[in-house]
Amino acid sequence: MARSFTFVVTDPNGLHARPASELVSKAQACQSQVTVGLGESVADAKSILGIMGLGVKCGDMLTVRVEGKDEESAAQNLERFFKENLK
Amino acid sequence: MKTIQGTGVSAGIAIGHISVLKEKETVVRQEVKDTVAEIERFRGAQSQAVAQLDALRTSTAADLGEDKAQLFDAHKLMVQDPGYVDNVERMITDEGVNAEYAVHATGEKFAEMFSRMDNEYMKSRAADVRDVSERLIAALTGESEGTGKKTENQGPHIIMAEDLTPSQTAQLDRTTIMALVTSKGSRNAHTAILARTMALPAVIGIGDSFDERDDGKQAVVDGDEGVVIVDPDETTLREYQEKQRRYSEHQRLLQELKGKPTQTSKGQRIKLYANIGRPSDVDDVLANDAEGIGLFRSEFLYLDSQDYPTEEFQFNAYREVAQRMEGKNVVIRTLDIGADKQVGYFGLEHEANPALGYRAIRICLTRPEIFKVQLRAILRASAFGNISIMLPMITSVNEVHDAKAIIEAVKAQLRSEHVDFDERIKVGIMIETPASVIMAPELAREVDFFSIGTNDLTQYTLACDRQNPNLSRFADPHSPAVLRMIAMTAKAAHDAGIWCGICGELGADRELTQTFVDDGIDELSVTPSSVLPVREIVREH
Repeated sequence: MARSFTFVVTDPNGLHARPASELVSKAQACQSQVTVGLGESVADAKSILGIMGLGVKCGDMLTVRVEGKDEESAAQNLERFFKENLK
Repeated sequence: MKTIQGTGVSAGIAIGHISVLKEKETVVRQEVKDTVAEIERFRGAQSQAVAQLDALRTSTAADLGEDKAQLFDAHKLMVQDPGYVDNVERMITDEGVNAEYAVHATGEKFAEMFSRMDNEYMKSRAADVRDVSERLIAALTGESEGTGKKTENQGPHIIMAEDLTPSQTAQLDRTTIMALVTSKGSRNAHTAILARTMALPAVIGIGDSFDERDDGKQAVVDGDEGVVIVDPDETTLREYQEKQRRYSEHQRLLQELKGKPTQTSKGQRIKLYANIGRPSDVDDVLANDAEGIGLFRSEFLYLDSQDYPTEEFQFNAYREVAQRMEGKNVVIRTLDIGADKQVGYFGLEHEANPALGYRAIRICLTRPEIFKVQLRAILRASAFGNISIMLPMITSVNEVHDAKAIIEAVKAQLRSEHVDFDERIKVGIMIETPASVIMAPELAREVDFFSIGTNDLTQYTLACDRQNPNLSRFADPHSPAVLRMIAMTAKAAHDAGIWCGICGELGADRELTQTFVDDGIDELSVTPSSVLPVREIVREH
């Protein structure tokens, strides 16, 4: 059973280099597979180029999906990260 | 100590270290038999790059602060990015190519993806991917660090190069440059114009004095006198530190002119606007208290793209500028590609005389499908501020009729789609050909304003190619022929009851401000850093 949550980006600069790097580092620390979806595009959250390639702007709604052994705790950690760093 | 005389094209004094921008060596594609060993070689370079970035991060955090250092976290993630690495390794395995080529091609692939994005910030990330790829290639070829990388950890530098293309200059990170020095170039070359926009001291045309071995040496750049002094002695250094202090003092005095009207002692008011090349230049426009934007060069939208920029992309750029200017006039010059500003995807044929060739309005009128996209974007943005349209390179009344017919067609289309735009949007023309000066009385009846492009007007009036550095002494914009052209244009405009401005480089020439005021010029549009100096002169008259 995969875990997922949605998040609306309110940082006026969107998902720029610094938070994108932090997100990728967080995702890389998870054993689970983590993806970030925007509209019809989905990117591997462990890939900085993938995440930045989404071109996330302020106001975009992202769908984060976590699947794997540690999905429960990983999803919780990531959701907290989004709330604390991208508001 | 070595003193080099060039041509100063942008004022100011810089004292710092030289960073020579070398021409990049091209990466050659080679076949490799042992692809496993090649992948090993790539992984070795990868660990080397990671180690370099770790060191760079530490030193940058110490020298420039945590903020600047975070960029290298992103670079490190890129070097190890699963998508990137996978692409490189697959190319080596599947195509049997050398690691250098695989890295280069992969970097370009991702850089292209970023540069196509509808977002200025993301577009500039293309440079990061290229930077990372160069670092990997340098590690592969055994160079200790890639060319130009030194600038990252040592703060701002004096950039010295053979020549800089407009896109190279635009891609330079302005936080790492304190001055520009080039071997080639002319006063009106785009490098010079950009340097003035960025308020960086610049000296061009140092010719054979350019020496790659000066890389890393201390130097003084005097943008007023056009002098570069490499390895200055103590006395010289002190002298220039003093000069730099006086220059900053004058700059500070100019700051006091902010908020004051641009008006002569007799009460004649001049509209003092600024020229910009991209939306981010609005910061400088506002910081220097310009009263509007008299020339928004829309070329950047085309020069920075790999393909025709979309209507949405253009609309966002125009709207951003219009909104930030809060109701102040924003004059957008339509596409001015051709001649010295070539764009690959336009597929323009090579011309013997590009300055007399297929460019600007000539392209727009023969390829209206491109022109219409831009006009739709400008018109839609006009609902968000005070925008005017300005047509470049006009030589006849017929061209104005044709262009206006296309503008009207686009307006009709927008109305039928119920899309908002400014119904009373003003349309003006650039006066930059002798033909348009001769026809100014007739042209003035067709349009809402004139803006004189003095760079091209000088080139065409005096028959001097503005890109040819050997013609500097003949291409004198102070020539009575050019000044009389300007006076004639202003008179024709006023006879017809429209305003007349100057948006070329001459507008910021403080020796001519008096002449322009006497001609009755209504508006001067200058680089943002010249706004306050010009206001100072106008107020002295």
